[in-house]
Amino acid sequence: MDIRRRRVLQLLGLSAAALTVKPVYDALAADPAAGRPRVGPGREQLKAKQWAMVIDTRRFASEADVEPLIEACHRIHNVPHFELKRWEIKWIWATEYKHAFSGTSSDRFLADAVEKRPFLVLCNQCENPPCVRACPTKATFKREDGIVMMDFHRCIGCRFCMAACPFGARSFNYTDPRPYLKHTNKLFPTRMKGVVEKCSFCAERLAEGKRPACVEAAGGKIAFGDLYDPASEAHQWVRKNYTLRRKVNLGTEPAVYYIV
Amino acid sequence: MLEFAVKGSKRYYGWMIFLLGLVGVGFLVYLRQLDVGLGITGMNRDVSWGFYIANFTFLVGVAAGGVMVVLPYYLHDYKAYGKVTILGEFLAIAAVVMCITFILVDLGQPMRVLNVLLYPTPNSVLFWDTIVLNGYLLLNLIIGWNVLEAERNGVHYQGWLKPLIYLSIPWAISIHTVTAYLYCGLPGRGFWLTAILAPRFLSSAFASGPALLILLCLIIRRVSNFDPGWKQIQSLAVTVAYAICVNVFFFLCEVFVAFYSQIPEHMDHIKYLFVGLHGHGAYVPWMWAAMALMVLGIILLVNPVTRKTEGTLIVGCLAVFFGCWIDKGLGMISGGFVPNPLHEVNEYIPTLLEGLITIGVYGLGFFVLTVLYKIAIGVKEEVRA
Repeated sequence: MDIRRRRVLQLLGLSAAALTVKPVYDALAADPAAGRPRVGPGREQLKAKQWAMVIDTRRFASEADVEPLIEACHRIHNVPHFELKRWEIKWIWATEYKHAFSGTSSDRFLADAVEKRPFLVLCNQCENPPCVRACPTKATFKREDGIVMMDFHRCIGCRFCMAACPFGARSFNYTDPRPYLKHTNKLFPTRMKGVVEKCSFCAERLAEGKRPACVEAAGGKIAFGDLYDPASEAHQWVRKNYTLRRKVNLGTEPAVYYIV
Repeated sequence: MLEFAVKGSKRYYGWMIFLLGLVGVGFLVYLRQLDVGLGITGMNRDVSWGFYIANFTFLVGVAAGGVMVVLPYYLHDYKAYGKVTILGEFLAIAAVVMCITFILVDLGQPMRVLNVLLYPTPNSVLFWDTIVLNGYLLLNLIIGWNVLEAERNGVHYQGWLKPLIYLSIPWAISIHTVTAYLYCGLPGRGFWLTAILAPRFLSSAFASGPALLILLCLIIRRVSNFDPGWKQIQSLAVTVAYAICVNVFFFLCEVFVAFYSQIPEHMDHIKYLFVGLHGHGAYVPWMWAAMALMVLGIILLVNPVTRKTEGTLIVGCLAVFFGCWIDKGLGMISGGFVPNPLHEVNEYIPTLLEGLITIGVYGLGFFVLTVLYKIAIGVKEEVRA
């Protein structure tokens, strides 16, 4: 009786093994890359050593000239609008000369035109970014093409990067932004509450071979290109014109240049 | 030894229930914050750290202040402090528990906090702050618990504790140094961009931590049969007196550098705090109150007559503690963010809700402190009997 029971159990065990060995073998021996979507740069991806922007401020006379650019950016990136100033989120906005260049360039006895002119400010995609140094999770990082990116899914919301940024370029989601969006662009992620966000030089558009939305909307008033490529428009504009950058004395090497 | 914490008088239980009530209210409001987001606080795009981080910074100081009894006892064999070192270590534990809780309630995505360990980033000061704070908590737990247990058993503490005790002394300095480095290494924040920030943090820590310890010792004398000792309290008071003098001196050094150099980026933050900037000055009365309290503390604690009188000693310690709290807790963080990098003034005023969460965290800290002190006092009373 005992022997028979043991035999039955042995057979049961063997059959169970026979049934499971194949799936386990398949799972362990499988090529990990097979069947998964591949991630990498596409064929259209625009490449650069350091992307840079040159804004010809002489050609922006009033709010009406900058408004379409700001709107273009905020619409495609699902940037919400809040009535409450405290919760404000902005990627690109216009300010006066004295605020844009506070502390680094004289704002006394300015030429009338310069004093009234709107200056577009945005993340400078610094070559030596203090926000990347500060982030404790590498949720904000510098790409090979110079863009300072945000991983919205890794950010813990400590806001150290906001304290580290000397340009006030970063915004924090103080509440869930989704109910405050008038339109949602399904091609770009919306954010959740509790994470930091900012301009990323339209990295998602560069991947498709397109230039940043604000550059496109500017109709030739902003040059965009590889700072280190002598053939690029940005490089040539910087070479031909006298330009300013914000707070160069801090050594962050901003990649947004202003022709004044 | 935990049994000491569950046996107590009605007054003890009443106090614990009161503290749990504060924790409960704070927790309920925190649930609301989890739901809505940090938008329930007064923080904004420009002042992106507020009351939570301010209290965190202040309490790191209180935790580091505990070293002012540990160091003389273990390094200089100052025997008198043998009675109070455990109080210093247990105060450090409670303070660090509050610090860690303040960091957690300040996170936008607290459930992702382990990303700090999952993706260790040695170039971030916050990564190091996580390590030194948790390390300090662990060191004090191990040292405090084992030394107290040895005392209860009437034996000398284990030999392997000695290196840990020596390690805990520079470690205490490190927690506040690293916390200062969170601020003073940031370009474009003129108020914090000063090499004296870490020394300044330490001086205010060595004033406010021992000041609180004196007040706690005086309470323990009243409510228990254990007397930490008048001599010990007086030695601590001398520490507080010197530390608060150094703290005010460091602050005056800052004022000199900012206002003699006349560099606007350095002056404007101090102006905002003490006289207001562009018509904004919510902190002006608070900052002057902090200065007045610290000066009052210096007068009462440096003068031997008032230092040796219990009534004026209490007033002096309260003045130092709350003076440092306003200076470091309220002014240091907001002052650094206003004016903003574009030189605009957007003020930060804490909301009632974040105040309630803050009180809840303090409730938790004092609950932990009371449990630990109850155990320590229980052991001391038992050993004496």
